[in-house]
Amino acid sequence: MALVLTEEQSMLRDSARGLVADRAPIAHLRKLRDSRDDEGFSREVWKEFASMGFAGIIVPEDNGGSGLGHVEAGVVMEEIGRNLTPSPFLSTAILGATALKRAGGARAGDLLARLSAGDLLLALALDERPKHTPKHIETKATRSGNGFTLSGAKTFVVDGHVADLLIVTARTAGGDDDKDGVTLLLVDPKAKGVSIERTIMVDAHNAARITFENVAVDSDAVLGEIDAGAPLVETILDAGRACVASELLGLSEEAFERTVAYLKERKQFGKLIGEFQGLQHRASHLYCELEITRAAVLKALQMLDADADKARAYVAVAKARACSSADLAVREAVQMHGGNGMTDAIDIGLFMKRARVAQELFGDARFHANRIAKIRGY
Amino acid sequence: MTDLETFRRETRAWLEANCPAEMRTPPDDEEDRCWGGRNWKFKNEAQKQWLERMAARGWTVPDWPKEFGGGGLSKDETKILREEMRAMKCRSPLDSFGIWMLGPALLKYGNEAQKKEHLPKIARGEIRWCQGYSEPGAGSDLASLQTKAEDKGDHYLVNGQKIWTSYANYADWIFCLVRTDPKAKKHEGISFLLFDMASSGVETRPILLISGKSPFCETFFTDVKVPKENLVYTENKGWDVAKYLLTHERDMIGGMGLGGGRPLGQIAAQSVGVENGSLADPLLRADIAEFDVDAFAFALAMERAGDLMKSKQAHPAYSSFLKYYGTELNKRRHELVMSSLGSDGLEWESERSQEGDAPRAWLRTKANSIEGGTSEVQLNIISKRILELPGA
Ligand SMILES: Cc1cc2nc3c(=O)[nH]c(=O)nc-3n(C[C@H](O)[C@H](O)[C@H](O)COP(=O)(O)OP(=O)(O)OC[C@H]3O[C@@H](n4cnc5c(N)ncnc54)[C@H](O)[C@@H]3O)c2cc1C
Ligand SMILES: Cc1cc2nc3c(=O)[nH]c(=O)nc-3n(C[C@H](O)[C@H](O)[C@H](O)COP(=O)(O)OP(=O)(O)OC[C@H]3O[C@@H](n4cnc5c(N)ncnc54)[C@H](O)[C@@H]3O)c2cc1C
Repeated sequence: MALVLTEEQSMLRDSARGLVADRAPIAHLRKLRDSRDDEGFSREVWKEFASMGFAGIIVPEDNGGSGLGHVEAGVVMEEIGRNLTPSPFLSTAILGATALKRAGGARAGDLLARLSAGDLLLALALDERPKHTPKHIETKATRSGNGFTLSGAKTFVVDGHVADLLIVTARTAGGDDDKDGVTLLLVDPKAKGVSIERTIMVDAHNAARITFENVAVDSDAVLGEIDAGAPLVETILDAGRACVASELLGLSEEAFERTVAYLKERKQFGKLIGEFQGLQHRASHLYCELEITRAAVLKALQMLDADADKARAYVAVAKARACSSADLAVREAVQMHGGNGMTDAIDIGLFMKRARVAQELFGDARFHANRIAKIRGY
Repeated sequence: MTDLETFRRETRAWLEANCPAEMRTPPDDEEDRCWGGRNWKFKNEAQKQWLERMAARGWTVPDWPKEFGGGGLSKDETKILREEMRAMKCRSPLDSFGIWMLGPALLKYGNEAQKKEHLPKIARGEIRWCQGYSEPGAGSDLASLQTKAEDKGDHYLVNGQKIWTSYANYADWIFCLVRTDPKAKKHEGISFLLFDMASSGVETRPILLISGKSPFCETFFTDVKVPKENLVYTENKGWDVAKYLLTHERDMIGGMGLGGGRPLGQIAAQSVGVENGSLADPLLRADIAEFDVDAFAFALAMERAGDLMKSKQAHPAYSSFLKYYGTELNKRRHELVMSSLGSDGLEWESERSQEGDAPRAWLRTKANSIEGGTSEVQLNIISKRILELPGA
């Protein structure tokens, strides 16, 4: 498949760009932040996403979704990145939908339909350590009666405080770092023993710390197979990683474009600062880094659509690249804006904040370079 | 089955039947490749056979028109041929500046007679070309070149000096930039000439490189007569041809970023050892992993560039990006090869080192970001043409 967007995908990008820039631009994030909004996102905007078919973008049409692929989801994520939009798109439309689609089961069809209509928000409760270590799971679900009793603590749960259902990774067998013995559970956040602390992050986006204290969970809450949930977790994560890579690419490009525009506008020493070769070469180098990342991200999304099981290395490369090039893009953006780049009044710093969070989400550049080393056997 | 699938199947079968086993191993170095030319001595029978068989199909230049010795393949078919050759590890049957640089320029700017005369000989490896661009005073600022060509009615009289002319001492013909109008602005007085290196008044002197090899020369022209019919395109419009040719040169050099060769992780495992399945030197491991990520992604960027070109979405200056990134990456790779080899990589003359292959190759890569326009010049081009920064 050619490494360019198809005509349909380009059209989708245009409509996503229109919707996001119109309804959820950076001013929207600022408003939510400055008013200390309880939910940190707009349900109204999410409903509009749903009516455009974005909530159920990767959900099959039979379940009320749009039946599209990861490339299309990535296209939407890129626009979210450009506009720093706080949106349940990642947690619900990507992570949640992937989990339900892949796991199947009696409840999946109905949940996917509600999700696609914009009536169901999900959150993935996975990380327990401050650095992404998906295989380390201390949270335990022990069998009791017809189901399980769940105890443990999760951190960095994106949209954890607004979700209608939590997807929780728990250990049903084995030691804390074993591959076997992992089970995914759908948990009602209002259940007894669940406590949720909203943590407003540096980027003013949503996350939560969640603890489970002897929470009773029914056996029909199991997503996928008992004790054998690890591959499903990897599948969910890889979809998430590729889409966060798209978001990082979108925000990098926007920060870069704004910076290049600033170089053409700001004067010092009687010249536009864009005339100084010291800045020109750094900007051009950054352009190259972003082009490389663009190819890697698109390929990873295409691989997820073509053959998800072969996509692992591609996704690792895409996320590693997206992290490192976004890191460079936002640092250069702030630096080249001089004193202005340090102010809250202009948006550049907001890109830096979001990039920081999105890098940590599901593994930073080092995490994914390490994966590549392992895949290649060294 | 689609036409392309049939093409792939047939191509695979043909390569399987026709590519000699000796031509399915990577060449040791530049000199182990097949460059062709009047005085070419084939390294072995397999090299000769492989060239003849591929040339007979037009597959030394698969996407050139058949009438000029090409294969007449579409872009998709060419891509498939390349993929199948790579999968079977087939060597390129013929490498030459004629194929990479002059051919594409002649296809666009040459007249019928020039195309008929020169392209088939390039395709069959009969004539080897060299590139007479750089001069002692005109490197990055190529357009300030001084070699002059005076109009003498039916011919030009060429006088001047070129430098860094790769393989000038082996080449049969040269494509050469000369000044035909000394009064015009520097870009507007240049012409693009072709001439035989056997012409009287042409002299070459090899220059030794830091790699200990001597692949390029100083080239001197004293009253060299060049027939008028050897002017490509229009007099004083040679800069257009020169620039177009450079984009092809850059694509070729940038392709070096695709590397090849033994995986770094394997080389390092032998010298630093392995603990619990990971390289015992964690910092070297981290550097290699970071390189592997970038190299993997660069290969995808090359793939994307091809697709952008095919769908006419590529920026005309895109080759500067590929050239810059690909060559810097290749240099990084060879630095890591050297770090991974440790003292084994330092042996310049010894049995085990195959006469210093690794350090010579490492040193050779340093030219990648100089030849074909330096990295800084590529960044200038991106600043000016893609980012449109002021004063660039
Ligand atoms: C937190 C903070 C505290 C400060 N406190 C004080 C204070 O107490 N008193 C005070 O007077 N000032 C203060 N400053 C201002 C500070 O000194 C200026 O921000 C600084 O000199 C840069 O100027 P600028 O912001 O106008 O950026 P610009 O000069 O507009 O620079 C923008 C970008 O262009 C680059 N650039 C500019 N010229 C060139 C060139 N010739 N070649 C290459 N690149 C170039 C810069 O490096 C920068 O990346 C403070 C700034 C900050 C951020
Ligand atoms: C192995 C090898 C093979 C070659 N083969 C050929 C050949 O076959 N035919 C041929 O014609 N030439 C050939 N060349 C020559 C090559 O094209 C030139 O070396 C190259 O264009 C640079 O010119 P220069 O060496 O004069 O360096 P200079 O132009 O003097 O550059 C010196 C340094 O200054 C920097 N610099 C120059 N201008 C700028 C600027 N505007 N902004 C920022 N930095 C700048 C350069 O990037 C470089 O780092 C070859 C070179 C090598 C190394």
